[in-house]
Amino acid sequence: MNSSTLFGISTMAYILAMIIYITYLAFKNSQVGIAATIVTIAGFVSQTLAIVIRWTESYAQWIMFNPESSFILSVLRSAPLRNLFESLIFFIWCLILGYLIIEFKYKNRSFGAFVTPIAGLALAFIDLSGMSKEIEPLVPALQSNWLLVHVMMSFIAYATFALSFSTGLMYLILKTEKRGESSYIFWTVTSGIFLAVLIMMGIDFVKVKIPMYSQKKVVERAAKEYYVRYGKMPDHVIELKNLLNENVDLQNFDITRSGKVDISLKSYLFKATLLSKSIAGSVLSWLASLGLIFAVWRYGHVLKRMIGSLAISSEMLDEITYKSIAIGFPIFTLGGLIFGAIWADQAWGVYWSWDPKETWSLITWFVYAFFLHSRLLRGWRGKKVAIVAVMGFIAVIFTYLGVNLLLSGLHAYGSLE
Amino acid sequence: MEENKNKSLIDKVWNFFASITLAVVIFALIGGTSIVGTILEQNAEPEKNVKLLIKMFGIGHETAHSLLGVLDKLGFTDMYHSWWFIALLLLFAANLIICSLDRLPRIWKLVKEPIKPLTDEQFKNIGKKELVLKGKPEKLKEAVGTAVKNAGFKFIEAREANGYQFYSEKGNYTRLGVYITHLSILLILAGAIIGITFGFKGFLNLPEGRTYSVAFAPSGFLSKEEEAEMEAIIEKLQTTEGNAQEAARQFGVDEKALKAKMKRYGIWPLGFSIRCDNFLVDFYKGSNMPKEYRSWLTVIQGGKEVVKKSIVVNDPLTYAGVTFYQSSFGMVPNAHGEFIMKITPKSGAPETRQMHRDDKFIIPGTDLQGTLKDFSPALSFDANNRPFTFAEQMNNPAVFLEFSEKGKTKYSGWIMKRYPQTWALPDGHTVEFADYWGVEYTGLQVRKDPGVWVVYLGCIVMAVGLYITFFMSHKKIWVKLLEEKSNTRIIVALTANKNRPALETKADKMIALLSKSDGGGKQ
Repeated sequence: MNSSTLFGISTMAYILAMIIYITYLAFKNSQVGIAATIVTIAGFVSQTLAIVIRWTESYAQWIMFNPESSFILSVLRSAPLRNLFESLIFFIWCLILGYLIIEFKYKNRSFGAFVTPIAGLALAFIDLSGMSKEIEPLVPALQSNWLLVHVMMSFIAYATFALSFSTGLMYLILKTEKRGESSYIFWTVTSGIFLAVLIMMGIDFVKVKIPMYSQKKVVERAAKEYYVRYGKMPDHVIELKNLLNENVDLQNFDITRSGKVDISLKSYLFKATLLSKSIAGSVLSWLASLGLIFAVWRYGHVLKRMIGSLAISSEMLDEITYKSIAIGFPIFTLGGLIFGAIWADQAWGVYWSWDPKETWSLITWFVYAFFLHSRLLRGWRGKKVAIVAVMGFIAVIFTYLGVNLLLSGLHAYGSLE
Repeated sequence: MEENKNKSLIDKVWNFFASITLAVVIFALIGGTSIVGTILEQNAEPEKNVKLLIKMFGIGHETAHSLLGVLDKLGFTDMYHSWWFIALLLLFAANLIICSLDRLPRIWKLVKEPIKPLTDEQFKNIGKKELVLKGKPEKLKEAVGTAVKNAGFKFIEAREANGYQFYSEKGNYTRLGVYITHLSILLILAGAIIGITFGFKGFLNLPEGRTYSVAFAPSGFLSKEEEAEMEAIIEKLQTTEGNAQEAARQFGVDEKALKAKMKRYGIWPLGFSIRCDNFLVDFYKGSNMPKEYRSWLTVIQGGKEVVKKSIVVNDPLTYAGVTFYQSSFGMVPNAHGEFIMKITPKSGAPETRQMHRDDKFIIPGTDLQGTLKDFSPALSFDANNRPFTFAEQMNNPAVFLEFSEKGKTKYSGWIMKRYPQTWALPDGHTVEFADYWGVEYTGLQVRKDPGVWVVYLGCIVMAVGLYITFFMSHKKIWVKLLEEKSNTRIIVALTANKNRPALETKADKMIALLSKSDGGGKQ
């Protein structure tokens, strides 16, 4: 079996687990709970296998290009942590592992309904954004031993932060009473935005991206012809202009460094919804998003009742939130910031250059540093601290994805192109 | 009266800096302004940011221009080096120092205060575990002592009215972990300040075959006269191997004055010379993905070659405290280089030739004469199979060769450096296009940073501090042996400032061990 089949199985398992965990949350049937755990473990096992197989696949590619390289070096250099897709997969793997540890340690399954959706969102994002899943050879900047430790530790930390996000959110749901309360508004609006963005990405995918597949085939055919003719892949998709026999807007396509044609994210993200060319469509999606956020706000207490009826205490949630961050923070500081700085010093000659990625990870660091110190502040316990934990993970998402998608900088390897 | 007032003012300032509220405000300010800095492109062409502002706010070009003007005045276009951002960082440092000092006495007391035996009252209040064993306390004393020792505690023993009490603490110094972490932040900031004050950060675009004794860090526009003066200084430094003292002597000016001028023009004398022998980009086979950027560098001091090293992206060259990093490359404008061709006849040894455009060469042992007719740095073909150059960089360097025999043209075609299948001639000879030397420059980042070791030290201290802070704790344990008729009640009480469950597990293990040693006499 190859790695992509196994990744497919794990994706399906996680999404199924998410549905079962939510069912468990709603009906509290213990057999349903056991089923959820079994499906999650199955997904985890197949994902582990998939990562190992992908590692061997990229190892084979590495020694093909670098036959003189030693065994250990080849293993290190071919670790599957080199682009956005691989790092997301590793993040999900850490998250599920962390979750399973908590589930067994605390003997409580109700977090599952909050952790598996994060895995589900990440997996959906992989497919909706159409990021490259190819095994690509390492560009010169990434050929360093720091890659493995820096990326690995960063994503272990991100996974612990994701766990604290889930428990922090659950704490807020459990502890807020009135609709007018600011913490209630905070969690409902945050969840509402998440939901709205995901639904819109789904709509864009179906309405704009899928119809572009036939055009993509045309571009792929042109790329193939280019290759046959010149013995190399084009540097830029525009070079295919003269080889097209149909009218296709090439600006909607990207060509990866290894020569794969992709529909570019910018060509369809929010194009059927918020940024729709028809004013009615755009206004409608803005209104629908606001409506969805309103609905989450209006009916958020349903979730509270669901969680409230489970054997789960707010103290336990608070404890898990704190512990995850207490583990994640030092790992993030060391692996993400310090090792990142040392690597930057070796590769670029500057240990800190205020590039957007660096700056955003520093912002994330500040948020979590504040979380850890907030217990020293009077009146900063419980809900307020949980809000900081949730905001910390929003900063993580922006550091991880937002910077790559929206801002330019030195860390361009993680980008979608 | 006067003194009192003064004191209260100092107190006020102290309290202001010692407050966590100030820390929160500084965190928020650094974080918030940093976000602006990541959105606005720093040190960029104004037009780029104008476009960004138009896109973000949907405003007109004029408005965007004036908005950018305001942001520029406020320092947001180079905000991480603006006075107010640096002031914020220093304020953060001051807050960190005073906050830590303010809390130190209390923490120090907790560290230094020796552990005391617990009173019965205290035993009630602290989480405890109990078991009853057969035998008098005197008999059990030793077994309990061994168990406590095995759990990793050196204990103090006290005789009490009805038995004994053992008590012990461990890791009292771990309470200072937070201070170590805070100190590390200050070290890193100090290292950064040392680097900015005494270091240099610049670049050097070094063409193949050229030697330089200076690096550059351009600083704004210069007038014509200034430019001429700059050129003269560079010239002089080039001839003195980057020795500013010697250059000043030859100019007949004061060394200090010359150094001030160099600083003004962004010239940094290396104190030695560096030459680029060659630069090459290697691509992954069959793709346009670069595999390696490599520069072959030679350091020259006192007219002698002292170091030779080839550098790649993650492997720089350091000489005399100055480090050269592979960072970019490009074409030297209007340069004429040499084509390095490796000619291998069908049956014969390969021969390497250097040639220029329109040069002729013979394939050894034959009458076949080649002429180098044309060159393209980035060859591609259009739909009608007509060649064209698609980039200025050497993306796909190719030479057009024409072959003739006895005055008659035989065949001609393009030979591409990156594609070995194009090197074979129809007659079985091979002509490899090895390099076009002398037309590319290697872009080197040049840095001297005496503060970097302080930063690294800060990083190590931070790792240690974080480990102590988050993964170690101050643990206390008390074991009371209480005589009850012919039995002994053993009460274990414990506290930890962090991760109490781990200590409790340890205590449980200890108790389990004790109960076994008794032979099943537990209650």
